[in-house]
Amino acid sequence: MNIPFPDLTPVLPEIILAAVASLVLLVELVAVRKGPIGGIGIAVALFLLYLLPYTHGETFGGTFVSDAYSDWFKIIFLGNLIMTTLASFQYIQRQHQDFGEYYSVLMFATCGAMIMASSRDLITLYVGLELMALSTFILTAMKRHDWWSNEAAIKYFMLGAFSSAILLYGFALLYGLTTSTDIRQIGAHIATTGPNPALLLSLVLIIAGFAFKIGAVPFHMWVPDVYEGAPTSVTLFMSVGPKAAGFAAIGRVFYEGLGALQPDWTTFFIILSILSMAVGNIVALVQKNIKRMLAYSAISHAGYALLGIVAGTTEGLTAMMNYLLIYAFMNIGAFCVVITMDCRNDLDDYNGLAKNHPLLAAVMLIFMFSLTGIPPTAGFIGKFNVFMAAVHAGYTWLVLIAIIFSAISAFFYLHVVMNMYMKPGAVRVRVEGFPTVLAALLIAVLAVCVIGVVPSVALR
Amino acid sequence: MILQAFFWYFAITMPIFAFLVISRKNPVHCVLWMLVFSIHSAALFLFLNAEFLAAVELILYAGAVLVLFIFVIMMMSMKEELAGELVIGEWPIAAALSIGVVLMFFFGVSNFAKGPSGPYTIEAIKAETNTRALGKLLFTEYLFPFEVASLILLIAVVGAMVLAKRKD
Repeated sequence: MNIPFPDLTPVLPEIILAAVASLVLLVELVAVRKGPIGGIGIAVALFLLYLLPYTHGETFGGTFVSDAYSDWFKIIFLGNLIMTTLASFQYIQRQHQDFGEYYSVLMFATCGAMIMASSRDLITLYVGLELMALSTFILTAMKRHDWWSNEAAIKYFMLGAFSSAILLYGFALLYGLTTSTDIRQIGAHIATTGPNPALLLSLVLIIAGFAFKIGAVPFHMWVPDVYEGAPTSVTLFMSVGPKAAGFAAIGRVFYEGLGALQPDWTTFFIILSILSMAVGNIVALVQKNIKRMLAYSAISHAGYALLGIVAGTTEGLTAMMNYLLIYAFMNIGAFCVVITMDCRNDLDDYNGLAKNHPLLAAVMLIFMFSLTGIPPTAGFIGKFNVFMAAVHAGYTWLVLIAIIFSAISAFFYLHVVMNMYMKPGAVRVRVEGFPTVLAALLIAVLAVCVIGVVPSVALR
Repeated sequence: MILQAFFWYFAITMPIFAFLVISRKNPVHCVLWMLVFSIHSAALFLFLNAEFLAAVELILYAGAVLVLFIFVIMMMSMKEELAGELVIGEWPIAAALSIGVVLMFFFGVSNFAKGPSGPYTIEAIKAETNTRALGKLLFTEYLFPFEVASLILLIAVVGAMVLAKRKD
């Protein structure tokens, strides 16, 4: 039997990352200090960022594709890996979970997300998703003796397994209807047959499975508890990585595979988007814990990014991709500030921060403005782009709703700012500005400001 | 005719077994019902001419996974679980929603139209044998997902080690 050897160039980044992650597992056994191991992760991520443009092409019978679309998401994932590692070094020492495996599992999760962004086959997509999800479950449970961390991990694991089952049922129905797992062939077949109830059922199941990954309402129940319970560095990682990976998969499956059913899935995404913006922004108003507040904010941002999918145009897809990059920077920045504060993460802990630590408060101010979408920060550019894409596609009413919820979001984002600048600091909170966290903060602040002023440097 | 009778037997009993798995209070009973369920689904694979998958279902699920479950259950103290309520909170709403979802599934699946047949028809599989066809596919067309699946197993082992070792 003669099996042709597949062209490995397009998968080279994933192979390198998985190989280094496995090597790190071995190095960890002999390493006395675990910090430098994270440095390996940063180095390989930087190398892969350089390598990405040279790997374009498709392989494994067209089921794995490396193109400009996948590159964009891989940049987000690798950037997320670098920033998370930078933010983790001293944080995980402080939390007494200084395992070398931590960095390795981060790399495996990133590898899974990269596979998701590149897959044009339902099975490849699913295994990538599982690799990412399983790694994230482990990271959530890293604080082994912490009750909250355990609870968060169990919840995430159970609901994650459940959502995987729903997604797989959708995939199985889709396979039965088209007898193909290749997304392009599925698309070609559906274009000839048109919608039928079984196809719509599989559509609903697939949307439910992905909506869980991006944390969109009504599949958001896990988000606040998991974000709060997980170690903050892990929350930072999963508020960007798995969410962007979910969006990457949605773009691939729905634009490339199920394009013929666009009127049907647009309706579902409109519902998800409105619900996410409503629940995310309104429930965030009453939160007392900053990690929970940022969790609800993450839910609402999934709603904004979904507007790009709803638009259903190339402009919408590009706007969604830009939005996710900007969201990555501002969200990572906000969580880096949370990591610097050694406290119980209550909103009241930020009282009077501006007096004691004016620079940190100013940085947090920028991230909060950006998350609200106030110019001249990057958040404004991101929101403006998705809103314009939706308006051009004829969803002006939906954009009006989004703007109203955006205005509501100003209340809780600016609440943090008010606490920092206008309230007296009753309790002095210990602020630990570790050099690497500060480096991550600096990168995030620069990105948010520069993209906000000259968007063309970074965006598509 | 006999095939039809067998199919309906499985179609009716398997949901019942699945329901028994989640509705028994004693975890050992749950596992035993799951064993019955696994054996039935293995038989269902046999009907689909997938003897390799039937064997895997028996050896892996009924044989290995469930035994592991029983080991874990025996190591834990189950007093609290046995004393607690089986259903909590707003279960009538949950039940109504579930029935709605099931009806939606029935409606959707009843309109199922099979897609075009691929190269692996029943005759082709019979000529090549099930195991060989599956193995060939796994190592050619689905080589990449197959390798990623091995990474998933690796990460599962690593995770178990990290979460279980006592080194604080």
